[in-house]
Amino acid sequence: MCCTSISKMNPKLYSCSFDGTVKLWDYVDGILIKTFVVGLKLHALFTLPSAEDSVFVIINKEKPDVFQLVSVKLPKSSSQEIEAKELSFVLDYINQSPKCIAFGNEGEYVAAVRDFYLSVYFFKKKTTSRFTLSSSRNKKHAKNNFTCVACHPKEDCIATGHKDGKIRLWRNFDDDKKYTYTCLHWHHDMVMDLAFSVTGTSLLSGGRESVLVEWRDATEKNKEFLPRLGATIEHISVSPAGDLFCTSHSDNKIIVIHRNLEASAVIQGLVKDSNIFTGLMVDPRTKALVLNGKPGHLQFYSLQHDKQLYNLDIIQQEYINDYGLIQIELTKAAFGCYGNWLATVEQRQEKETELELQMKLWMYNKKTQGFVLNTKVNMPHEDHITALCFCNAEKFENPTLVTSSKDGHFKVWILTDDSDIYKKAVGWTCDFVGSYHKYQATNCCFSEDGSLLAVSFEEIVTIWDSETWELKCTFCQRAGKIRHLCFGRLTCSKYLLGATENGILCCWNLLSCALEWSAKLNVRVMEPDPNSENIAAISRSSVGSDLFVFKPSEPRPLYIQKNISREEVQWGVFVPRDVPESFTSEAYQWLNRSQFYFLTKSQSLLTFSTKSPEEKLTPTSKQLLAEESLPTTPFYFILGKHREQQDEKINEAFESELVQLPLTENIPAISELLHTPAHVLPSASFLCSKFVSSLLLSKETKSGEEIPEDVDMEEGKESDDSDEENDFTEKIQDTNNTDLGEDLLHQLSKSEEKELRKFRKVDYSWITVL
Amino acid sequence: MAGYKPVAIQTYPVLGEKITQDTLYWNNYKTPVQIKEFGAVSKVDFSPQPPYNYAVTASSRIHIYGRYSQEPIKTFSRFKDTAYCATFRQDGRLLVAGSEDGGVQLFDITGRAPLRHFEGHTKAVHTVDFTADKYHVVSGADDYTVKLWDIPNSKEILTFKEHSDYVRCGCASKLNPDLFVTGSYDHTLKMFDARTNKSVISVEHGQPVESVLLFPSGGLLVSAGGRYVKIWDVLKGGQLLVSLKNHHKTVTCLYLSSSGQRLLSGSLDRKVKIYSTTSYKVVHSFDYAASILSLALAHEDETIVVGMTNGILSVKHRKSEAKKDSLPRRRRPAYRTFIKGKNYMKQRDDILINRPSKKHLELYDRDLKNFRVSKALDRVLEPSCTIKTPEITVSIIKELNRRGVLANALAGRDEKEISRVLNFLIRNLSQPRFAPVLINAAEIIIDIYLPVIGQSPVVDKKFLLLQGLVEKEIDYQRELLETLGMMDMLFATMTRKESTSVWQHASDGFLENKKVES
Repeated sequence: MCCTSISKMNPKLYSCSFDGTVKLWDYVDGILIKTFVVGLKLHALFTLPSAEDSVFVIINKEKPDVFQLVSVKLPKSSSQEIEAKELSFVLDYINQSPKCIAFGNEGEYVAAVRDFYLSVYFFKKKTTSRFTLSSSRNKKHAKNNFTCVACHPKEDCIATGHKDGKIRLWRNFDDDKKYTYTCLHWHHDMVMDLAFSVTGTSLLSGGRESVLVEWRDATEKNKEFLPRLGATIEHISVSPAGDLFCTSHSDNKIIVIHRNLEASAVIQGLVKDSNIFTGLMVDPRTKALVLNGKPGHLQFYSLQHDKQLYNLDIIQQEYINDYGLIQIELTKAAFGCYGNWLATVEQRQEKETELELQMKLWMYNKKTQGFVLNTKVNMPHEDHITALCFCNAEKFENPTLVTSSKDGHFKVWILTDDSDIYKKAVGWTCDFVGSYHKYQATNCCFSEDGSLLAVSFEEIVTIWDSETWELKCTFCQRAGKIRHLCFGRLTCSKYLLGATENGILCCWNLLSCALEWSAKLNVRVMEPDPNSENIAAISRSSVGSDLFVFKPSEPRPLYIQKNISREEVQWGVFVPRDVPESFTSEAYQWLNRSQFYFLTKSQSLLTFSTKSPEEKLTPTSKQLLAEESLPTTPFYFILGKHREQQDEKINEAFESELVQLPLTENIPAISELLHTPAHVLPSASFLCSKFVSSLLLSKETKSGEEIPEDVDMEEGKESDDSDEENDFTEKIQDTNNTDLGEDLLHQLSKSEEKELRKFRKVDYSWITVL
Repeated sequence: MAGYKPVAIQTYPVLGEKITQDTLYWNNYKTPVQIKEFGAVSKVDFSPQPPYNYAVTASSRIHIYGRYSQEPIKTFSRFKDTAYCATFRQDGRLLVAGSEDGGVQLFDITGRAPLRHFEGHTKAVHTVDFTADKYHVVSGADDYTVKLWDIPNSKEILTFKEHSDYVRCGCASKLNPDLFVTGSYDHTLKMFDARTNKSVISVEHGQPVESVLLFPSGGLLVSAGGRYVKIWDVLKGGQLLVSLKNHHKTVTCLYLSSSGQRLLSGSLDRKVKIYSTTSYKVVHSFDYAASILSLALAHEDETIVVGMTNGILSVKHRKSEAKKDSLPRRRRPAYRTFIKGKNYMKQRDDILINRPSKKHLELYDRDLKNFRVSKALDRVLEPSCTIKTPEITVSIIKELNRRGVLANALAGRDEKEISRVLNFLIRNLSQPRFAPVLINAAEIIIDIYLPVIGQSPVVDKKFLLLQGLVEKEIDYQRELLETLGMMDMLFATMTRKESTSVWQHASDGFLENKKVES
């Protein structure tokens, strides 16, 4: 699907797609009404109120880069699928983007822009005029390219946006000779989108500056701004009533703006428009997924509700969105002490020698329910910080943080008392600096009980006693730099795992100080499950990414999933479940306590689910139907209650209202008590039990409560175009899930020799124990 | 949507003493006035009543000084030998003093001759005080006795012979007319009750007691002796609360600040220490030129008077509150402007819109908000900013660099403006904390102004200065590196158990110094 258009009169929606069909939907009920087969790749679609029986679509016939605007007549027929082959050509050599086409003056003409051309087609006269701006060879006009177009709703006036930030207003364009244009210039970068207000008195424009500009009366002087919208404005639209504007942004955000340029609502999903440096983390308090968000911010994203909880401003500096500027990047973050502390590292490097580093430690304030900056450390290291970890063991009352850096040192930071008679305060100070032969420190990791610290120095892993900061032992495999390092947990706490750049996964036994096993696996992501011994490793092969789940004590993996994604997986994390599942099948047992989420290079957030996609979708779509078809009146609550009781399928939103309602008005005992005169009431002790029992919830409601909430959100949808891929991977997942699971069970029953051999064939010599 | 975020000004830890509200309070005194007395000043006492005159006991004289007078307004010199411990009565009208010959004399402030002469002690009387009922005097003497005298009859009422050494300090309770405390060289403090004619509490200080002080509430007792200051809880029967050891030599005098929140102690080590009376931590300390024998504070801590062994009396007056004077007050809008609309009750369908609160922005922030980069730089290059707060200037330069407009802001300056920038660079370039930012700025300046070099002798001179500075800095860094190398060598030759090298950093991150002058 690439473009939608809503017809104004009746609530219907047309959509077109690359498969050559135009579909008509009832978007209120979510029902497909009709399908028109055009048979060509459709890039965009437009409808006009004046021409209801036809739609305009952008197609490309011959060359891949040349697009045409054609009008498609939609035949009237009662059948579901109709062929619509009656095309009439409107404009040639246009841009595929819907922003580059605009219909003006109640459908009298259509304007299209591409490169240096503005083409206008008049429907009445059936003529085309073309206007050309001076060419690119002239250096002054090098960035004259058209980027977008909008037409005045009432007058003959076309506004065009340009690459150099200018906006041109064209008039008298029905005459090839006498046409004029005026220039409006405020944007210093490309104009991304333009829109006229409903009456046409003002023009809205937006671009990379993240500022919505309102040009009043089409004059350069008379303009208003709504600055600091956070990210590049991609689209602007105006509500038909004219009271609201709406902007969509490159960071997966929609802002609804009042006519007087005041933002009234923000619809924000998982912020997309940034590089993920921090990786995926789970906030121990809110169980939200935490990662880089808006520039300079950490976003807290609720996986259960597919909603951004909040953004935490880490860098706290004015963000200048400009091409080629080197921004301060938030590179590392870690939670410690059950979410009481948050450590962040930000850096900015302009030249090789000029590195700005800053480490910040944030304390959770219970009163304000947010993180408050506690300590700021300038240049904590002399070079990039490669890893950051808190000691999360319970026995440590004193919070401890370890940072490792490319400058060859690792530093231990501890919380110290900084209070005097005037105030109570705590602050972080450096407690210990360690190094190993001037190698770069690449990773650091605390054991589960906090007694040991493992720091990897390029190819060597060093183990330190966390009490005395003494070097205990070293492990060296000479198999390339250590990329990932983690301790085993629970029963496997005596193992240390390391994955190297040369594609070797090693497991050392800390009791014998010897290599337990190693395997050839090009590990990209290695994540331990906080609730079990399991460790998930995602490897990268030429075909795609594969997932292996294993226990350090056994070199044989518990679960293998080939090809979880076609692209590279960048980060992964185990998110603890609120309510543990109880999958008995061995293949799914690793999903019992935690759920594994991973993020691919194109920033699709994926997870593993045991349910089929249909199962997941049905409850939500049903909910939608129910919610939409009934207005929420008091009657609805009463009637709805009856229905719910019959169905025993209550969704949570209704339920809360249902539970509250009887408490207030509908209980006869209460109304009796309140409306009967006091002197005729029986004694209070007599009424008491009746009254109390009336306040208890009835049994039906309870059973409704106990229905476990369906995890209907299995997939954080970030980008529209990732949908297709998600579907793809899910399908594969599901087939493979069952296949491999059964496979494994089979193999278990066979002899060891055979199993080993078969495994080797299947998964690239996983069990080459050295 | 969110407002403009002001530029983050880098703060640097201030070396030396931490600035607290106490240091501010106790440093807010004028330079001391020195008054030379005839001998060591053994006692200073302020009159509790206005105009808060104070009596200074030195040698055989007692001088009464007015608050701001340098000359004594009155002198009592009818002593044959050394006088001790001239103390005002609560109403400020009578003064009592002991003397070396064992006599205790009572003076009227207005008169010259003593009103009463209490005879009874056989040795020097070092401590005298009025009791809370104003009609009795307590005295302690080197004959190990403590006596209570009646003023109207000038008779001895009681004698306590419980001390086994010189009684050198004492203090009467301000609430109870029958209670008083004395400290003696027999290392004990005794609290006497005139109704029982023996001591009620006796505590062991551990050193000869030099000074003793009762808190106004009478609940706590402070004693000084040896290097120790000890706080005793009287209500718990003389339990030791805290023992403070902050002086290097014997503590000679104690005083409470007027609020009762701070305790001052003076010592022979020439220091006055100020303690908080809640945490008993030292919050401030003063240095004096000679060993301190006596100490007193005026009403509301307005004056600190310290007497020393060399006979110098040091008087410090509090600085008068900075007068918010005489700027003609701007005409405010009329009262009805403020009250306008305030009493309007919200109706049912009204939507309340508050006036958005305006965030205060610094001038440079206002310029930066509106992208006036050169103007912002001009503002922070004003001498008032560059000298007092160079970190603001550096932070703005850094911010401009982050925005990628530093070259624009530095370009197009005339001789005067560019020499201002260069002056700032010359002053601050070699500071390690500013160096990374300023070296970058210096490079940009050289790039911009290289074509016009030689046109202005003033600017050329500045460039040469800068070059010299950079060369000096490079030499210095080289020397530092050499030293570091030598130290490494020394460390390497030392035998060590472990193969790891664990060392703290000494270098300051300024090793990469580029030669900016081409």
